[in-house]
Amino acid sequence: MAEKGPKARALAGGTDILVQLRGGRFRIDRLVDVKDVPEMNQLSCSDEEGLTLGAAVPCYRVYEDPVIQRMYPGLVDVATLIGGIQIQGRATFGGNLCNASPSGDTIPALIALEASCLIEGPGGGRVLPVEEFCLAPGKNALGDGELLTALRFPPPAPRSGAHYLRFIPRNEMDIAVAGAGASVTLEEDRLHIKSARIALAAVGPTPIYAIEAGGLLTGREANEESFEAAAEAAKAVAKPISDMRGTARQRVHLTGVLTKRALRKAAARAKEA
Amino acid sequence: MSKKTHVTTNINGSDVEFLCESRQSLLEVLRDVLNMTGTKEGCNDGNCGACSVIVEGRLIDSCLMLAVETEGKSVTTIEGVASTDGLHPIQQAFLEHAALQCGICTPGFIVAAKALLEREPEVDEGRVRHWLAGNLCRCTGYDKIVRAVLDAGQRMKGG
Amino acid sequence: MTITAEPRVEGKGGYKVVGTRPIRHDGLEKVTGQARYGADVHLPGMLHGKVLRSPHAHARIVSIDARRALAHPGVEAVITSAEFPQPSGKVADLGEGAMMNPKFLSNNTMAVGKVLYKGHPVAAVCAVSQHVAEEALSLIDVEYEVLPPVLNAMDAMKDDAPVLHERLFTADTPFVRPGGLRDDDDSAKGSNVSSHFVFEIGDLDKGFAEADVVVEREYRTKAVHQGYIEPHAATATWNRDGRITIWCSSQGQFAMRDQTALVLGVPASQIKVIPLEIGGGFGGKTLIYLEPVAALLSKKTGRPVKVAMSRQEVFEGTGPTSGSFMKVKMGATKEGRLTAAKATLIYEAGAYPGSPVNPGAQCMLGPYDIPNGRVEAYDVVINAPKVAAYRAPGAPAAAYAAESVVDELAEKLNMDPIDFRLLNGAKEGTRRITGPVFPRIGYLETLRATKDHPHYSAPLEGAYRGRGVASGFWFNGSGPSSATASVDHDGTVSLLEGSPDIGGTRAAVAMQMAEVLGLPAEDVHPSIGDTDSIGFTSNTGGSSVAFKTGWACYEAAQDIKRQMIERAAAIWDVSPGDVDLADGVFLHKSDPELRFTFKELAGLLLETGGPIVGRAAVDPRGVGGAFAAHVVDVEVDPETGKTQILRYTALQDAGTAVHPSYVEGQMQGGAVQGIGWALNEEYFFDDDGRMSNASFLDYRMPTSLDLPMIDTEIVEVPNPGHPYGVRGTGEIPIVPPMAAIANAIYKATGVRMTQLPMSPGAVLDALGRCEGKQDGG
Repeated sequence: MAEKGPKARALAGGTDILVQLRGGRFRIDRLVDVKDVPEMNQLSCSDEEGLTLGAAVPCYRVYEDPVIQRMYPGLVDVATLIGGIQIQGRATFGGNLCNASPSGDTIPALIALEASCLIEGPGGGRVLPVEEFCLAPGKNALGDGELLTALRFPPPAPRSGAHYLRFIPRNEMDIAVAGAGASVTLEEDRLHIKSARIALAAVGPTPIYAIEAGGLLTGREANEESFEAAAEAAKAVAKPISDMRGTARQRVHLTGVLTKRALRKAAARAKEA
Repeated sequence: MSKKTHVTTNINGSDVEFLCESRQSLLEVLRDVLNMTGTKEGCNDGNCGACSVIVEGRLIDSCLMLAVETEGKSVTTIEGVASTDGLHPIQQAFLEHAALQCGICTPGFIVAAKALLEREPEVDEGRVRHWLAGNLCRCTGYDKIVRAVLDAGQRMKGG
Repeated sequence: MTITAEPRVEGKGGYKVVGTRPIRHDGLEKVTGQARYGADVHLPGMLHGKVLRSPHAHARIVSIDARRALAHPGVEAVITSAEFPQPSGKVADLGEGAMMNPKFLSNNTMAVGKVLYKGHPVAAVCAVSQHVAEEALSLIDVEYEVLPPVLNAMDAMKDDAPVLHERLFTADTPFVRPGGLRDDDDSAKGSNVSSHFVFEIGDLDKGFAEADVVVEREYRTKAVHQGYIEPHAATATWNRDGRITIWCSSQGQFAMRDQTALVLGVPASQIKVIPLEIGGGFGGKTLIYLEPVAALLSKKTGRPVKVAMSRQEVFEGTGPTSGSFMKVKMGATKEGRLTAAKATLIYEAGAYPGSPVNPGAQCMLGPYDIPNGRVEAYDVVINAPKVAAYRAPGAPAAAYAAESVVDELAEKLNMDPIDFRLLNGAKEGTRRITGPVFPRIGYLETLRATKDHPHYSAPLEGAYRGRGVASGFWFNGSGPSSATASVDHDGTVSLLEGSPDIGGTRAAVAMQMAEVLGLPAEDVHPSIGDTDSIGFTSNTGGSSVAFKTGWACYEAAQDIKRQMIERAAAIWDVSPGDVDLADGVFLHKSDPELRFTFKELAGLLLETGGPIVGRAAVDPRGVGGAFAAHVVDVEVDPETGKTQILRYTALQDAGTAVHPSYVEGQMQGGAVQGIGWALNEEYFFDDDGRMSNASFLDYRMPTSLDLPMIDTEIVEVPNPGHPYGVRGTGEIPIVPPMAAIANAIYKATGVRMTQLPMSPGAVLDALGRCEGKQDGG
């Protein structure tokens, strides 16, 4: 891959790249199937170490894994809503992230869960927070010859929960008009918020880490009033465009609605955790 | 024209060898190289499920898999659903429930239903609708398809 | 609803086969993947063709240079409009009732001079593989002079609008639907309005003066696609002797033959069209697109050529149905009697004339007895794909407007919407605003069944939930149809007919033959003939097949019956008048000793005078109109504007349901296409006229997860114009859904939606939930 530089791409699930190649979105000289690279196919999950998810692991392995189901229900949310069953049999979190689409569903969930990218390249390995990985539509932080090998998730904090949801006009098989992921960690009283992270999809050129929206929740009670305030802050950082999937004003409005809904469910999960 | 690759795979229980270009999808190879036209093309971008096949036990869209990726793998297509003894219970249920009109989406639905029911014959309407959401049908409104799959699940559980 | 197939259950009306639910004859091939569809043809030496399409919605073609493409390894030929003979498009050239303007048909297949929509074909290439053909497309150099596009009817009707066809004139009757060009010496400026006409009855002013309540509203609908899952494909060979053979999936092999002959300038007899299984049509597979292209590429290379569309090409290059602007005004007395109705329909035809505005105008107010009315219609060309028929062409949009107004009138009158319709409903003897008088129809029966259906009275609780109801009328079609059937010596019958089977019509027509002969449905083996082997048969369209081809099969069966009675009489040496056929047994009317089962007599034919072949060619009148009423419960999410269908019930008069499972299937499928049209489907054009959502991902047809079960109730008021009382059933179920859902959304939210689709964004806007300024249109 290093030899071909930008003219080489990695093939994982292929559910995006094959369509993009057919559509003439870009031309390449080499497509490298990375599904048999062991590091990229690993899935290890434990209370102590958290989760390491190989970049080429398809969605179904995520949502069928009982440990992930228990530890990271917010991740399962995403894995089950991408495409239909056929797509979930192939599509990967790593591929969705590398694709760097503004509407990539996995990305806000990864940001909310504080995931990091494990990157290998000719110059050695490096680690990058997911929120720094997407640079522009279709453009990610990988240099020539670099490969995203895995995603690493810290173990969930005590009394924490996460959720991702998106708005689509149908109930499946759609691209997000807008999406919001949230994670909430509660204080020991299980009423006040210790920390929260919020990330947004399809309302900017890249998925947005709404750091202020999450930050303002610290110390507040986990209630509608707080969620409303966070939703307003999330709306303030949403800078969407109008296209065939929705208008800018619809997307800003939905950002508020979805942020609230994501926070409610994340907080509910945190209370039970 | 690019150079062709030799691929050995197992399709519907038989070992098959073919030559293909690396850019050819499994769907293209099935239809144009192997003349197995039961798998249909509806969109060629993973949004209709007409080309559904099972690879290594997993339901996928064959338009979104390169044929070279099937090296050493096992593939089930619509042509492998019925046995020499007769139709598969899902096929029989589709006929009895009139779960097809034009029939172009039918192979994809039957393959998808097989992938579901062979893992979990005990399904309810919601599960069937969720599982089949990647398969588009424009004729039936899905009602009779869902009923046929539910009925087939009962038959498979019993048999 | 009964759902399981229980063969041999005696049908209604004393029929033995009609009304039962046998397994369809072509079912096994379709559940095993053996059935061959349009793209499944593989011929020795076959080449693959692809079509180069315009990237602009409106442009002059300055030059086309194919040299680089021809030099590409593996490329065998390139064609442009220079290869097409150019027929005249003057209206004088149109035969009476001709539905095709040959010039427009040809130019839609391959652009000449100008391109009129994004996706308009400008050249075609064939090569050794599809990939090589695709590569070659990018090597054809086309120079365009881009022109300003006109993207909707309102803009197209402005005085200073860009004109698509410099010589198009405005016809003042609905009978020049395909449009016509002026004579060469007529210097008047061309118009984008290809026809404008009016239907009137009674005294409109008097009617509105008598009204106590009047509702007037404007509606807008967007173009939507039929959405069949099988993309178009055609394979052709043009032999050295000039004979052309075409394999394609279509709604009519004869239509494909005759249109191709027009465009290629060859006699129809020189072309044989072999119909393959058709993967959905809904009206959209009634026009040629690829057939002449494949034929000309074959002529140039001497080899078979297959051309298949991608999904994007289907969206951009084949017919959707019209977008429309409509204005409807209706008045009623305080007792609830309709006194007057006035409507204007403006339908977008796409790049060439021929929107379904005429059937839309004719069906719009069809369900009602209205003494005073005026319906005005415009057919307008715009820079978008030429529309094709789509299930009850023209009627669904019209019904969306009219049935929304009716709902509002009933509400203002404080009447139950079904009671209002019962009071004003059309029945035998009612004269439509557009002229014709109804024969025996089943609208009122359908309404009563709707009112009695448990769904209509079921409680619906919860916030933002609502129940809507709407009805619809479609007049149904007929046309010439042919059938031949040979009696086999094992007692079965081989039936050859001419109607491509999209949704189970082989079974429906074979069952009518079996009914006459007293045979089980399974003993009639139907197949569909090519254009050289069966008599002319008009399209599978207009809900006509169970009616007309069923009738042809009925007549062919009568022919067999007559000949077999004569044969039995000859064997017994009695008069044919003394022999009868009952329940599959030939009997002497008075001598019980003389009897043959059908099978016994069939076994004797070859030694008693030779085989028996029955035949019939019919062009039956007497179609019975179809009426439907739908009830729907919705829930609207006020925060997102999304509408979920909670429960849906479709009722319609099918005359006699020949195979009830497939009638139900039509009702369910039509309702769901209507749900898609109502909620999400639309052609979304950017400012330059490029469709932004030309994929199944973004066109958003309903998936199984978007829907509940679709409950059905078949009402049977036999059509007196058919031997078994059959009415067409396929199209009417797409007529009521949009209005029913709009009416339900109103009940759920208090907002009347006057534009389709009623997408989440549109509903949010209507609810005033989004901050900031609305984007236009």
